[in-house]
Amino acid sequence: MKYYRTHVLVCVDPECLAKGAHEVMDSLQDELVAQGLINEVQVLETSRIGSCHIGPEIMVYPEGVHYVGLSTDDIPYLVEEHFLKGRVAKKFLEPEVEAKDEELSAPTSKEVRVVLRNCGKIDPENIEDYIAEDGYEALAKVLTSMAPEQVINEVLASGLRGRGGAGFPAGKKWQFARAPKADQKFIICNADEGDPGAFMNRRVLEGDPHAVIEGMIIAAYAIGANHGYIYCRAEYPVAVKMLNIAIKQARAYGMLGENILGSGFSFDLEVRMGAGAFVCGEETALMASIEGKRGEPRPRPPFPAISGLWGKPTNVNNVETYANVAQIILKGAAWYASMGTEKSKGTKTFALAGDVNHTGLIEVPLGINMREVIYDVAQGIKDGKKLKAVQIGGPMGGCLPEAFLDRPIDYESLAAAGTIMGSGGLVVMDEDTCMVDIARFFMEFIQDESCGKCTPCRVGTRRMLEILQRICNGDGRDGDIETLEMLCKYIKTTSLCGLGQGAPNPVESTLKHFRHEYEAHIYEKRCPAKVCRGLIRYEIVDACTGCTVCARNCPVGAISGERRKQHVIDVNTCIRCGICMQVCNFNAIEVH
Amino acid sequence: MLNMLENVPKTDPLAFPEQKAVIDRILEENRDLPGSVMVILNELQSNIGFISPTMQAYVSKQMHVPLQQIHGVVSFYSFFTTQSRGKHTVKFCMGTACYVGGAQQLIEKAKQVLGVDPGQTTKDGMATVEVCRCVGACSQAPVVVVDEDLHGRVRPTKLPQILRKAQQ
Ligand SMILES: Cc1cc2nc3c(=O)[nH]c(=O)nc-3n(C[C@H](O)[C@H](O)[C@H](O)COP(=O)(O)O)c2cc1C
Ligand code: SF4
Ligand code: SF4
Ligand code: FES
Ligand code: FES
Repeated sequence: MKYYRTHVLVCVDPECLAKGAHEVMDSLQDELVAQGLINEVQVLETSRIGSCHIGPEIMVYPEGVHYVGLSTDDIPYLVEEHFLKGRVAKKFLEPEVEAKDEELSAPTSKEVRVVLRNCGKIDPENIEDYIAEDGYEALAKVLTSMAPEQVINEVLASGLRGRGGAGFPAGKKWQFARAPKADQKFIICNADEGDPGAFMNRRVLEGDPHAVIEGMIIAAYAIGANHGYIYCRAEYPVAVKMLNIAIKQARAYGMLGENILGSGFSFDLEVRMGAGAFVCGEETALMASIEGKRGEPRPRPPFPAISGLWGKPTNVNNVETYANVAQIILKGAAWYASMGTEKSKGTKTFALAGDVNHTGLIEVPLGINMREVIYDVAQGIKDGKKLKAVQIGGPMGGCLPEAFLDRPIDYESLAAAGTIMGSGGLVVMDEDTCMVDIARFFMEFIQDESCGKCTPCRVGTRRMLEILQRICNGDGRDGDIETLEMLCKYIKTTSLCGLGQGAPNPVESTLKHFRHEYEAHIYEKRCPAKVCRGLIRYEIVDACTGCTVCARNCPVGAISGERRKQHVIDVNTCIRCGICMQVCNFNAIEVH
Repeated sequence: MLNMLENVPKTDPLAFPEQKAVIDRILEENRDLPGSVMVILNELQSNIGFISPTMQAYVSKQMHVPLQQIHGVVSFYSFFTTQSRGKHTVKFCMGTACYVGGAQQLIEKAKQVLGVDPGQTTKDGMATVEVCRCVGACSQAPVVVVDEDLHGRVRPTKLPQILRKAQQ
């Protein structure tokens, strides 16, 4: 065997071929011969080196240098530079992608930015940037010209409802917390944002921390609290850092601490971190966690407004709820109430994820319908596929089918459809998603995160998960659907906290809207979306060119075959991960 | 409990003067905070990397809080670990967006490359593989976090390159 010091892999995927990969390869060979290097450098075909957009592409080993956008004209220079002189030919390196905000782009015409108005625009580490955008003006207004009751009335009149999920009117909550007489009261900001698929709160904390702080100070003034906590999940280190910087600056500017802005009102604030327990987003569990205990929920009443943190009256609101407050004070309740529907006022941020063309954060007036969100704001479903469901409300929410797209997004319509507003996670799923698998996924999540304090939640969800796993494995039985429905009712009505009470929602909503998929799994042993591994198998058909890509990518080595000959999958080894189908460029792998 | 502190295992952070100094500093700085246990455990986890049974006994003694209570808190929260981990941590997000985006495939690919399942550390002690729930970067799903670095839109074919950092 010949020994080569260097190997050059040329991508010969369709896209690169169309851009002249074979010509490049030939001229590379010719040039290596011409420069007397052909015995040292071997040229090979490969596929999928990179991004597909800037071919033809080559990869040089052992250096691992990746050149893109080559043409035959470039080859003599490249060979001389790289292979003869041993220098990297910089001009063919992959261009640095321009840093782009992947999460938050310019608002589309259907969006209105209230909570996100400063995100990405101001420097969150500089309080003066915030002040220049009317920051802390609302606080000054409140402290110099409004009585606490007036503040509460303004928030009540705005119609602002809690953005952490349940949608309880913020003004009413403040009223409850103002009422009791106590030597100490607390303000808490719930920044635990545990719903997988949601990141609105993180972005506000990172991009506009002062807006949240200002809202908290105003709330503290309204209810008469002197100390506050922001409970932030440990997964958000950047948010914690930004908050700490912002708190320090606010203190230095006299917005926090003793005698704020000379008004005689004092209030201070600190950040506390969670440690990876979803249930700590529930307000009573959250307070237990701040107290340094296991984050287990306790029965309500008493509500936090009466007996909260360390037994003192406490007001808990979500990040986004607080972030709205200063704007409401400044622009007036009527302005805020002019957006939204009769019972759901203002705007809501959503984190769009899943199979849509445009993912990221959006902020829309409530009352907009899902179709506008998906097709106008998110620019439709990826790869021209069909929509199957929208998951809204997180693990305690539900999946809505196409038929619900034209209903307005507000607290009441969503509840009527069997889901909840939740904190704002919107995961769009296309036709390739199996709804039974999704239900199983959420049940697994809940099962993992149940704190175990009460039996229905701990044991009931385990039973449900077992049944769902069985159905996905192809061992579903007659009667399973009915048992699931019975368990849903039981867990819903007997669990202690919102986690258990909401846990059945993903199953209930999929059973309601996608019952046929359950039936196909159980009675026909078929997964219509071809996802559930117990019910599918992969096969390589004659379109296979023997390019070896699948064999090289199979994680368990289940594919064999000679180069340029049709490959085969060993069904006993195959774990049905689907990677091979994804990497094959010739559509030669089918799933049945 | 006292026994545990008299026979500190040779490998325990408390057996190393520098690490013990860090632990003592954390205790000192936070002992008077209301709800200090949670703050101290969080600091220990992020500064030392784990909270060994001996460390728990030490916190209990220093803070005058029953060991059982400390243990109860440590075991409740998934961020707290009681054993040392690999030099690098590879976390696969299994939140909704990432699950729908193919996180399962990535875990299978990682098993091939690193030879371990989630929850395990590679034989050479280089990498600990974990699954986590939503790191808040859902618009870039599926997401893999190697140490502090977040990688978005990861395809199985690109994974080996990303994992290389965790192998050395
Ligand atoms: C299991 C569970 C998890 C929750 N997670 C969160 C969360 O991550 N963030 C949040 O703001 N509220 C969460 N909540 C709701 C809180 O209990 C509480 O209602 C909310 O923080 C109140 O704030 P709001 O009125 O401004 O919405 C959760 C509730 C439950 C039952
Ligand atoms: S419903 Fe679940 S999470 Fe809530 S208290 Fe009960 S066991 Fe814990
Ligand atoms: S489905 Fe996965 S395991 Fe099966 S042959 Fe394809 S790549 Fe290999
Ligand atoms: S087409 Fe060549 S790398 Fe993608
Ligand atoms: S689901 Fe993975 S980052 Fe949110």
